[in-house]
Amino acid sequence: MKILVLISHVPDTTARIAFTNDNTAYDANGVQFIVNPYDEWYALVRALELKEAQGGSVTTITVGGAATEPTIRKALAIGADDAVRVDAEPKDGHDVAVQVAAYAKDKGFDLVLAGKETIDHNGSQVGPMVAELLELPFISLAAKLDVAGGKATAERDVRGDVEVVECALPLVVSCAKGMAEQRIPNMRGIMAARTKPLQVVPAVASEALSTSVKFELPPPKQAVKLIPAEEAGKLIELLHTEAKVI
Amino acid sequence: MSVIVFADTRGAKVAKSALETLTYGRKLANKEGTTLTLATFGDAPADRLAALDANKVTVARNIGDADNQQLARFVADVAAKEGAKWVICSHDDTGKAVAPRVAARLKAGEVAGATTLPNEQGHIKRNVFSGKAQAWVELKTPVKVVSLLPNSIPVEAAQGTATVEEFTGDTGTAKVTVKEVRKAGEGIPLPEAEIVVSAGRGMKGPENWGLVEELAKELHAATACSRPVSDMDWRPHHEHVGQTGLAIRPNLYIAIGISGAIQHLAGVNGSKVICVINNDPEAPFFKAADYGIVGDAFQVLPKLIEAAKKLNAEK
Repeated sequence: MKILVLISHVPDTTARIAFTNDNTAYDANGVQFIVNPYDEWYALVRALELKEAQGGSVTTITVGGAATEPTIRKALAIGADDAVRVDAEPKDGHDVAVQVAAYAKDKGFDLVLAGKETIDHNGSQVGPMVAELLELPFISLAAKLDVAGGKATAERDVRGDVEVVECALPLVVSCAKGMAEQRIPNMRGIMAARTKPLQVVPAVASEALSTSVKFELPPPKQAVKLIPAEEAGKLIELLHTEAKVI
Repeated sequence: MSVIVFADTRGAKVAKSALETLTYGRKLANKEGTTLTLATFGDAPADRLAALDANKVTVARNIGDADNQQLARFVADVAAKEGAKWVICSHDDTGKAVAPRVAARLKAGEVAGATTLPNEQGHIKRNVFSGKAQAWVELKTPVKVVSLLPNSIPVEAAQGTATVEEFTGDTGTAKVTVKEVRKAGEGIPLPEAEIVVSAGRGMKGPENWGLVEELAKELHAATACSRPVSDMDWRPHHEHVGQTGLAIRPNLYIAIGISGAIQHLAGVNGSKVICVINNDPEAPFFKAADYGIVGDAFQVLPKLIEAAKKLNAEK
């Protein structure tokens, strides 16, 4: 089975969020970048488990400049066989999807896996857009994924229920919590990653359909109103009369 | 030219998120001086659809929600027929998959998870960096797609007198099919809950969740938990809220025995009111809270349950 995993290069979950150039760009100064957690813990690890059980290959693809290579090497250290970097700064979700689809078209991937969203732009756009551009079915928010007899079976946590869906390969799947356990790369993986193939391909022509023109930070929160523990019941009263939420 | 709203109208009653998209669509249509067409699917009775605030309803009776490729073909087809300038979906489990597909199909710019209507410059706000910041987005294309984050705008339900027509176009056969749906049981589904009672390691063990559940029951709330709690299997993983779990934005979020790590806050910082109960006065969660109680959960919870019971009796 040939699996393609979409890997996004994002600021660490604990990174300070600040903007520069009159609040028009993210201030990446001094920020540690990581593999998007949904792409890593769920999509990539499940892809590796499927490959280990059934054979095949796991390729990752990232759209970004040379600065994304340490993140890509991390994905290789976790166990991907090879990686592709589309050499361009991503313009928007649609542009990323166009680049991924342009590479994946005609490569015969059975399965394209993505995280359910990235933790920077949070758009949940790229997976379904890749599916649309490749004219493939798309299963979103999969919390479990199995493949047997040319067919994928997934469980989705939707509207509080668990929905079990089925679809013939090839298809695109977005992965959510429950899919797999996090894997920490070991020294052998890290050494091996250095020599694994990382192919750099040029971007295809594509224009931004959307632009984030201005960023804002939320207004600072007012100080917490503390209620003494002995009078805890008063909280319910305040929520009813003051906050008016119950 | 018109505004298209794609919404799920199935179920016992039309979901709040669907009504929100109709309100959003109506406001846009008024601003643009045009009409609103609702594109929907499934088995909702025609009289219910006609009463919704749309000028026209196109309903695809023979497609379900499992195959978003079919739904996207349907929505794109309706948009083309109506000469749509805007396509509005909910940023819910279905809309999140359909909106980007429609955008890619129509080569339209998309605002995913919008929280506002367009401002004077036509820019729309959305959350980024897991709610730690917001971005104003400009769409440059003639057709624009918006998926509206649930609980972002109040519903203004107007009585409609829409004409209802059945969709007869070709959307192909469903490639994704539902094999089984396992109902979660009696509780309120977490993503739709207006009130959420959530607990963490401070509860010391799964056997103590009775108190959390009892408070949730009295407040008509859903229950949630922190990541360590779901990782230790004290609670099912679909209850995990946070950066790598579910992001929720209820009207009220009550966190018990959760320290409030930045990853947890990323999943709940859209909540309108946050209450924190923790025995550690230094817990970072207090900085993000509106109300707080420094105290032992096992002493505080019974007091809250008692007060909630009293309030329910008075209401």
